[in-house]
Amino acid sequence: MSEKKLHNRSFEVFGKSKFFASQLRIALRNCGYIDPENLDDYLNVRGFEALAKVLTGMKSEDVIAEIKKAGLRGRGGAGFGSGLKWELVAREKSDQKYVICNADEGDPGAFMDRSIIEGDPFTVLEGMAIAGYAVGSDKGIVYIRAEYPLAITRLEKAIDAARKANLLGNNILGSKFSFDIEIRLGAGAFVCGEETALMQSIEGHRGMPRPRPPYPSASGLFCKPTLINNVETWANVPVIIVEGSQWFASVGTEKSKGTKVFALAGKITNTGLVEVPMGTTLRHVIFDIGGGIPKGKNLKAVQTGGPSGGCIPVELIDTPIDYDSLAKVGSIMGSGGMIVIDEDSCMVNIAKYFLEFTQSESCGKCTPCREGTKRMLEILTRITEGQGKEGDIEKLERLGNTIKKASLCGLGQSAPNPVLSTIRYFRNEYEDHIKNKKCTAGACSKMIRFEINDKCIGCGACYETCKFDAIEMI
Amino acid sequence: MEKEKDQKFKELKEYISSFKSKEHSNSYLIAVLHKAQELFGYISQDVMNEVSVAMNIPTAHIWGVATFYHYFNLSPKGKHTVSVCMGTACYVKGADKIIEAIKEDLQISIGETSSDGLFTLQEARCLGACGLAPVVMIDDKIYGNLTAQKAIEILRKYKNQ
Repeated sequence: MSEKKLHNRSFEVFGKSKFFASQLRIALRNCGYIDPENLDDYLNVRGFEALAKVLTGMKSEDVIAEIKKAGLRGRGGAGFGSGLKWELVAREKSDQKYVICNADEGDPGAFMDRSIIEGDPFTVLEGMAIAGYAVGSDKGIVYIRAEYPLAITRLEKAIDAARKANLLGNNILGSKFSFDIEIRLGAGAFVCGEETALMQSIEGHRGMPRPRPPYPSASGLFCKPTLINNVETWANVPVIIVEGSQWFASVGTEKSKGTKVFALAGKITNTGLVEVPMGTTLRHVIFDIGGGIPKGKNLKAVQTGGPSGGCIPVELIDTPIDYDSLAKVGSIMGSGGMIVIDEDSCMVNIAKYFLEFTQSESCGKCTPCREGTKRMLEILTRITEGQGKEGDIEKLERLGNTIKKASLCGLGQSAPNPVLSTIRYFRNEYEDHIKNKKCTAGACSKMIRFEINDKCIGCGACYETCKFDAIEMI
Repeated sequence: MEKEKDQKFKELKEYISSFKSKEHSNSYLIAVLHKAQELFGYISQDVMNEVSVAMNIPTAHIWGVATFYHYFNLSPKGKHTVSVCMGTACYVKGADKIIEAIKEDLQISIGETSSDGLFTLQEARCLGACGLAPVVMIDDKIYGNLTAQKAIEILRKYKNQ
């Protein structure tokens, strides 16, 4: 790797340990390498070079063409083509346009956006400013979770420093381009990660999504054309501009370019953030980078995409990680949570956990999501408590498919995924719970039964110690 | 006590007026509620009424917003807020056992405050410290790699402070 390249400087700090050796760090390139509160440090790693390049020698169409050629797709989950999104906003005619950074990272188990902002806040600002130039906007907003106080502080400091250096504000670097960024705080509502809900929240309302179209590119924040991308997407932008779209497009697969950051967690030896080229297999991430499953246990499944994603069974562990391959096996890329599940976990219980989450985070605006997830959760709870009935699985499938089709926003449309994917791959576990009233993993505590066998000599020790008087002397 | 309260209301009003000159000043409602919670610890009906007058937004709308977002408390909290992370990584590593142990130790359920007024127990969505799972956050401090036993010991330390 040549010294001049923007990416993979992390080797200089962390060395080529097994954990880092097969990673390719684009979005995370400066995390842990520079002082995130020092603008000079960022400038030293060719920070703001991309912005300067754009302002001095590129037309806005050129910038958009470059992003398009790079094949960058939204890293927030859905994987919409970023270049196309930028173009749609650029085409709109309006007195005011907005550029938003979605830092409302709500997926439990994902923390890459937080790390990028905490470790390299300037890159997000630079990416947004470049987009501002490309689409003709002078106002950027970062919508960030209130649960991330350090990220907020670092972002505030970065904005201040960039303003002082004329990298934000009026006539940036002496050009005609002006762009400023403001921070808005979320207040703990998962649904606000959905773009229309997020904009409602910025406007000071309850964060409820609305039907699309009109898409934000036509009518977004305060009914103005709005470009909204996720933190990780923004962090990729400066690299594409400096290194060129051709280089970026050479990384990854045919349809998914570049890298993706995953938050590796759960039953795995090395937890943490891992950035790998698209197309890397799950096996490689879990066993080579993640170091496998601790305590000699066996891998059972991998959950990707958080509460909107699905569980991929161990048989499919050679699936390459890209938007389309993951969708094919019933999961999604999502924001990049990757939870490793071993044989001690019950898949029905895991599905219930995710549904509990989406059910309580459902904003209640549309019926399929509000009522449907509730009914699904009731059925799942019944199954995990040993009260499952014949036909429950079919009912879950029917409900799940209806909710997917009929819900208003991404939250509802993806809420049944964890249930449907576990039914698809672990149907026998559901059947075991329903027919045999048995949880093989021993995770569903209400289904555990004890039996006193023939070895009992009637010593009475259990009778004496039982806290709940569950043993009766007859 | 009254005086202190007046001072806080004054600070809140000043904060609100700092947005007056901005475009779409009403959109700063959530920021104002954050400030109110920081000042008073929770958002009471009185506070909502004050905000309503100062920002010219109906109290009903403010109520709607304050109840929509989990971050806002509508009742007073204990001295320490104990948030047990129920994110996926923590859950897989036994966060449910930790929360059960704390519930039993403090004799409260989720969202309640212990009788000595010291602890309020909360479930957190994901604290983004999945590498340290399972974690508990007490006020602003994160405790990682916990077991039920360790969590109780940490609570003891806070009790004895």
